Amino acid sequence: MAEQNTLCMVEAINLALHRAMTDDPDVVVLGEDVGPNGGVFRATLGLHERFGFRRVMDTPLAETLITGIAVGMAAQGLRPVAEIQFMGFIYPGMEQLVSHASRLRSRTRGRLSCPMVIRTPHGAGIHAPEHHGESTEAMLAHVPGLRVVIPSSPRRAYGLLLAAIADPDPVIFLEPSRLYRSVRQPVTDDGQPLPLDTCFTLREGSDLTLVSWGAALKETLEAAARLAEEGIDCEVIDVATLKPLDAETILASVSKTGRCVVVHEAARSYGPGAEIAALVQEQLFHALQAPVQRVTGFDCVIPYARQEMAYLPDVESICRAALRTLEQAS
Amino acid sequence: MPLTVQIPFTRYLDDQGQPQGDLPGWVDDPPLLLELYRQMNLVRLFDQKCVALQRTGQIGTYASTLGQEAVGTALGRAMTDADVLIPYYRDTATQLQRGVQMQDILLYWGGDERGSAWSAPAAVEDFPICVPIATQACHACGVAAAFRIRQQPRVAVTTCGDGATSKGDFLESLNLAGVWQLPVVFVVNNNQWAISVPRCLQSAAPTLAHKALAAGIPGEQVDGNDVLAVYDRVRTAIERARAGKGPTLIECVTYRLGDHTTSDDASRYRSAEELSEAWKREPLGRLQRFLHQQGLWDEAQEQRLHRELGEQINAAVEAFRALAEPEPSAPFDHLYQQLPAGYAAQRDQWLERAGRLAGGEHG
Ligand SMILES: Cc1ncc(C[n+]2csc(CCOP(=O)(O)OP(=O)(O)O)c2C)c(N)n1
Ligand SMILES: [Mg+2]
Repeated sequence: MAEQNTLCMVEAINLALHRAMTDDPDVVVLGEDVGPNGGVFRATLGLHERFGFRRVMDTPLAETLITGIAVGMAAQGLRPVAEIQFMGFIYPGMEQLVSHASRLRSRTRGRLSCPMVIRTPHGAGIHAPEHHGESTEAMLAHVPGLRVVIPSSPRRAYGLLLAAIADPDPVIFLEPSRLYRSVRQPVTDDGQPLPLDTCFTLREGSDLTLVSWGAALKETLEAAARLAEEGIDCEVIDVATLKPLDAETILASVSKTGRCVVVHEAARSYGPGAEIAALVQEQLFHALQAPVQRVTGFDCVIPYARQEMAYLPDVESICRAALRTLEQAS
Repeated sequence: MPLTVQIPFTRYLDDQGQPQGDLPGWVDDPPLLLELYRQMNLVRLFDQKCVALQRTGQIGTYASTLGQEAVGTALGRAMTDADVLIPYYRDTATQLQRGVQMQDILLYWGGDERGSAWSAPAAVEDFPICVPIATQACHACGVAAAFRIRQQPRVAVTTCGDGATSKGDFLESLNLAGVWQLPVVFVVNNNQWAISVPRCLQSAAPTLAHKALAAGIPGEQVDGNDVLAVYDRVRTAIERARAGKGPTLIECVTYRLGDHTTSDDASRYRSAEELSEAWKREPLGRLQRFLHQQGLWDEAQEQRLHRELGEQINAAVEAFRALAEPEPSAPFDHLYQQLPAGYAAQRDQWLERAGRLAGGEHG
């Protein structure tokens, strides 16, 4: 019997890393402070002691390098799991992700491939310094050849990270830092991966579909509960795998409810919500009873700690958007 | 503080092919010398052919290796099959030495990804040539780290130009190679130009090899027009890395005798005098004169060699021309190991559009 523990998300991530490194000697971990310190959020705690410096590598402070050596290691058949300390520092590695990791397989017509994972804390709301609250997943989800994954619970973090590490292609694994320690849940260390291209339906409902991911699901689920008190029955979908997008689950839900609200922390313009809204109207124009609504971050620079909470989608905004879709005469 | 650190510089043959002092013992190997000479000639003739094919619209933009044949030839020869090459786009010579076929190289520059899907045994793990400058230096460190993690006696060899040494990822890679003592060799083809920007505008460092010093790794210069010197120093560095003694940076001092690529016109930014001076130092004539002096080569052999190489190249061009079109679905077939279900509709649309274009239907 696999052991079951009540874990927060960062502990579940740590558990998945221990599991992956135990099961596959090709899995290696690298990044800044991931060694004896166990990572600034402690996601890599205990790995260095257990698996040694050869497989758990503190790198110099250089994000282009971290991303680029992961490409080289992966091309050699290792399964590097690189940590970028905060999403705000992923940008130097973008060239490596866009120009190499995502297309090494395609460029060589399958001769080489890039089974690597980049893990990085995602999103605002933890009162961190400037540049520590980014949610720029759309930049990554735009890139053909990458996978972009974002868990919203400890259990899904465990299963999705295992899947990301086992996947034969590059995966960006975004970890909502606001959820790192806020929720606890029993997690079984069963080594079972979750599917990488399927949305999770967190709540079933018939009146409207709320689509979200990552930390914003906390407010989205709260909004669904509040709406339920008013007799409005929401379906809540967790798009944990943003790229490739599981359109099928979203479309099936909206064709049932006829109404859709997308909630995300990322800035509004060109955000993933635009993609989902476009998809829904392309495929379900006649089934829609109201225009698709978006509740998102703003097209302003993500504010520093004092004002960051106003940037995040709140329960009230989500409820209002839901009500707007219901006000439309059908 | 004056930059007083002396960077070693190696040259065995001067511009006239005259030995400079004692030659290393391994030079007493006529078959090897003749092989290097043959290969450099192949590269030069093949390179000319590529430019001609571009001019007649049969391949796309091509980056000529003219004048820098010694670097890749020596480098490719010094590597073993166990080693991995992480090249850049001016590595026709190196790739040919690794067993990549001329046909593959034509395919690549002809705009076909199959040109990077070669199956040459020595090169199956080699990277495709890298276009985003200096990004490959990081890959080389990753490959070398994989060798170190698995404790394999293998070496990663990566190349780049003088311009590339200004980029952060190049310097980040040197730095890591030093800290981790990686089995990697960085070979810089300092051909004096980065498109139109001369070496003196890239860096105030007295030599590019100086950049190794801050990373705590050995840096040295070699006359990149002297194939014997390049072979000797690169081989030493590779064996040093293989023995677990760490990385090396080797700056090969060459000159880009051609345009940057077939899309460039170097006469816009550099003088005819500079170019004709540089021609006096080019690598093929130098080795040829040495072989003549050694009694290993004569005019009849030269003519026979050119005839043979010409035939070999023509056969490769014919094979390239005879190749079937790529699979229409290829851009989707290799996007992920398994195409995610959500892509099915896009793939169908692509096939439909590609089919229409292939069928000659326009508009
Ligand atoms: C990151 C990046 N910036 C710009 C370019 C466009 N570019 C292609 S080649 C080149 C010059 C490179 O010079 P050098 O490194 O000396 O190599 P060489 O071509 O001389 O062999 C430039 C600027 C590029 N390919 N990649
Ligand atoms: Mg140059």
